[in-house]
Amino acid sequence: MAILRAETLQVCSPNEIAVIRQTVRAWASEIGFSLVDQTKIITAASELARNAATHGGGGTLLLEKLNDENRRGLRLTFEDQGPGIADIDLAMKEGYSTGGGLGLGLSGSRRLVNEFSISSRLGEGTRVSITKWV
Amino acid sequence: MEQIPIIKMGEFLLVTIQVDMHDQLAVTLQEDLSNKIVATGAHGVLIDISALQVVDSFIGRILGNIAAISKVLDAHTVVVGMQPAVAITLVELGVSLKGVRTALNAEKGMELLRKSVMPKERSDGDTPG
Repeated sequence: MAILRAETLQVCSPNEIAVIRQTVRAWASEIGFSLVDQTKIITAASELARNAATHGGGGTLLLEKLNDENRRGLRLTFEDQGPGIADIDLAMKEGYSTGGGLGLGLSGSRRLVNEFSISSRLGEGTRVSITKWV
Repeated sequence: MEQIPIIKMGEFLLVTIQVDMHDQLAVTLQEDLSNKIVATGAHGVLIDISALQVVDSFIGRILGNIAAISKVLDAHTVVVGMQPAVAITLVELGVSLKGVRTALNAEKGMELLRKSVMPKERSDGDTPG
């Protein structure tokens, strides 16, 4: 699998999430996603960026344009240096929230993409990576 | 400060969201609308989201809040113009917009609002022949 292009953005405050959405839209459109698939990955990015900004105290987003055999894809990796998640299974549960939200950010964004991985260490931070293929 | 305009039209309030809403803007809209419902005594709120390309769980929650708040303040809310890609994504995300009434476009939304408000006017004594 080849990484054709990569860029890193800061995810600091909830108000910067709109910028993340615009950047992801530009990349998804260039890679050739359908309108529905663009909307799905932008929405997933919006959820994960909010998690990083509000729970993780800010972090980074790495965008990567992928080429694997004959398919193109977009991988988004969110990393924060926040408190980490004690129980990932619980955090992935639909409707579970510690932030007063709907508790759909993690479980919902997983449904919107093809690949989803999460790792977290208490006191060190959380890393969530999603990939969608055209 | 950045704000989304709220237009009063008769007993209804109209909101057309034409920008990608950042979080604070959505929260401001929720507060502004609540204040305006009370200040004008409006019985209906129409929110046009046809220009919104993304509705995530946060914006979904704000739309739900607005509908719930206006209900408590004796006003009906209708959200109109959701793009198909947004509807598909919202449902897969798990946001059902429970409690939020929707219509395909502004015209149908206004019709729905008028119908919702009409019985109230009649009970005020204006019974038709």
